[in-house]
Amino acid sequence: MTNTLTTNPLMSVRTLVNADLLDPATGRRQRGAVLIRDGLIADVVRGAAPASPEGADVIDCQGALVAPGVVDMRAFLGEPGAEYRETLKTASRAAAAGGITTLVSTPETSPPVDSAATVDFIRRRARDNAIVHVAPAAALTRGLEGLELAEYGLLLEAGAVAFTDGMRSIANARVMQRAMAYARNFDALVMHHTEDADLTGDGVATPGELASRMGLTAAPREAETIMLERDLRLVRMTGGRYHAAMITHAQSVELIRQAKDEGLPVTCGVSINHLALNEHDISGYRTFFKLRPPLRPEEDRLALLEALEDGVIDVIVSDHNPQDVEAKRLPFGEAAAGAIGLETLLPVALRLANAGSVSLARVLDALTTRPAGLLGLPCGRLAKGAAADLIVADTDRAWIYEREAIRSRSKNTPFEGGRMEGRVLRTLVSGVDAHVAD
Amino acid sequence: MSASPSLPAFPHRHLLGIEGLTAAELTTLLDMADEAVAVSRQVEKKRATLRGRTQINLFFEPSTRTQSSFEIAGKRLGADVMNMSVASSSVKKGETLIDTAMTLNAMRPDIIVVRHAQAGAVQLLSQKVACSVVNAGDGAHEHPTQALLDALTIRRNKGRIEGLIVAVCGDILHSRVARSNILALQCLGARVRCVAPTTLLPPAIERFGVEAHTDMKSGLKDADIIMMLRLQRERMSGSFIPSSKEYFRYWGLDEEKLAFARPDALVMHPGPMNRGVEISSEVADGGRSLIREQVEMGVAVRMAVLEAVAQHLPDY
Repeated sequence: MTNTLTTNPLMSVRTLVNADLLDPATGRRQRGAVLIRDGLIADVVRGAAPASPEGADVIDCQGALVAPGVVDMRAFLGEPGAEYRETLKTASRAAAAGGITTLVSTPETSPPVDSAATVDFIRRRARDNAIVHVAPAAALTRGLEGLELAEYGLLLEAGAVAFTDGMRSIANARVMQRAMAYARNFDALVMHHTEDADLTGDGVATPGELASRMGLTAAPREAETIMLERDLRLVRMTGGRYHAAMITHAQSVELIRQAKDEGLPVTCGVSINHLALNEHDISGYRTFFKLRPPLRPEEDRLALLEALEDGVIDVIVSDHNPQDVEAKRLPFGEAAAGAIGLETLLPVALRLANAGSVSLARVLDALTTRPAGLLGLPCGRLAKGAAADLIVADTDRAWIYEREAIRSRSKNTPFEGGRMEGRVLRTLVSGVDAHVAD
Repeated sequence: MSASPSLPAFPHRHLLGIEGLTAAELTTLLDMADEAVAVSRQVEKKRATLRGRTQINLFFEPSTRTQSSFEIAGKRLGADVMNMSVASSSVKKGETLIDTAMTLNAMRPDIIVVRHAQAGAVQLLSQKVACSVVNAGDGAHEHPTQALLDALTIRRNKGRIEGLIVAVCGDILHSRVARSNILALQCLGARVRCVAPTTLLPPAIERFGVEAHTDMKSGLKDADIIMMLRLQRERMSGSFIPSSKEYFRYWGLDEEKLAFARPDALVMHPGPMNRGVEISSEVADGGRSLIREQVEMGVAVRMAVLEAVAQHLPDY
């Protein structure tokens, strides 16, 4: 990934001293300092702070956590075509405030990101408007229609980092098989949404007592496992690198675990929403909790947390999906699905870690090192030579996420008024401050 | 509070569903409805409880019987009743439910009676208006006045509800009538069974505390009341069941299947009926059918509900 952000020459040497360094790549946690030069980590010094180079900008972290910035593999950023929901500018500000230093944009824009020109457009718009890195994911199939392969080679050259049809699953197994086989030519990562659209139908809730009592149409969890099982068989056939974008069901965890045990090149993600919330949150027909896939029963949530700790689940994503007021001020069945999540991804993950649901090192690994590794990005590590995409965070600080403070253009958060534990004090992108807390 | 001292207390401003009501509250409404039946059978049917009040029947789904039942109920209580069928008006032009609610609210109605195709829509609307809201059916969620009129019909014919076996049969999955009836009848002490083909039973239905049956013979055994549900036409041809012919053969109520129930079992249907699909004409028009009485009870129950919620209207 090329750094498209301009570096202030006067600020080109900085040191973060008195830091609680946590490198998720190794799990090592130690007091020390980070030396930044020209947007890269020039050195990581453990133990006593070294003498800062002359003219360096010294930041005293006062013992706060310093870790790599978050790489969010799944965010809808609005451009082009849905600027009323989100823009690269507003999304990047929200991201920076939430400790995200790289956003992977989904290709479900208008027009969809299925040509090198659109990838280029996004990168240029991001260079001029975004304060964090934006790495476009491009379409798996032309027009996201699930029929013809997109130009993976040309799209990669233009700067795409992975291939996905966003929230759409490729129903045709032959198309999917060819997409996975063809992606191998470029060692490209195929990120697939695993949902049998026919089985889901117009379902908006998980089948069970709650959905039945509320009179909501149910979307079986088997829609996910059926598609996932098919895909895993295609991985065995083709050998391509495959990433299940967002699993939500305990049985999906078992399928992924088995595939990994077999040695297949398979990884998967989970949304922070499915880790932190469960189906009961939709009670009262609260449309801000209407998500796709829908929120699941508590036993699924617990299984997902366990799988995250085990490493069966590789990454956590925000699944940032801004929706304007009108799309949510509707009866539950008619309201748009989705939630914003850039500002809350890390704080909610830290809350889970603080509650002991999952370890801090694993949470940070799933938010930084693992996604950066899957996408081949030069960030996500506290190591010499890595991009100086860093966060300084107080992992325990309690605060309340107020609607007035939301930076995203859309305000559809399921965590409004929620107590957070863990706050980003400073976000550095290529060594430059993208966010500094008040 | 404008509660006239003669009215029994009902602590809710809206009636959004049966869920959350106590047995005592349900019984209060049924007792009030019994009185309304007496009033409705007189030559002079008018009361003045709602005189000067404005009632709007806001129907986002077409309905003949529920809407006219609410209209007559409101008029018998002295309210000015306005019917608004939104299926054909501004909502088609893109106005949202909430916009419609706020517009109507500005006209200062006292009671809005709402039917909408989406579960939860009536609750959503109730949060945006200052008046009382009565749910006349929201998606597959609830239809509380139907459950009340069914309970009233049962109580008047059987003398009680407690201990009765009630078999609710047919398209439970899509039925708000079934949900409200399950809640109301269980709350009042009945044992409820759900009888339906597997594709029309909601997931985890047994978690409602009902017995689920897929076979009419076992489902109707010893039943005191058989409550048939309407099967929507669009669900008859292959999507949930193969055909209306097959449906009638296995789940339609005819004399033969009626014989599985108790000899004194009574038959109900919320209407409108599909004769020859879920019920045969002989049964629908037979001596054990309560179907026409249900319609009469509908007006009485709606009078009771309107009076009950109107106790909470301010007197300005």
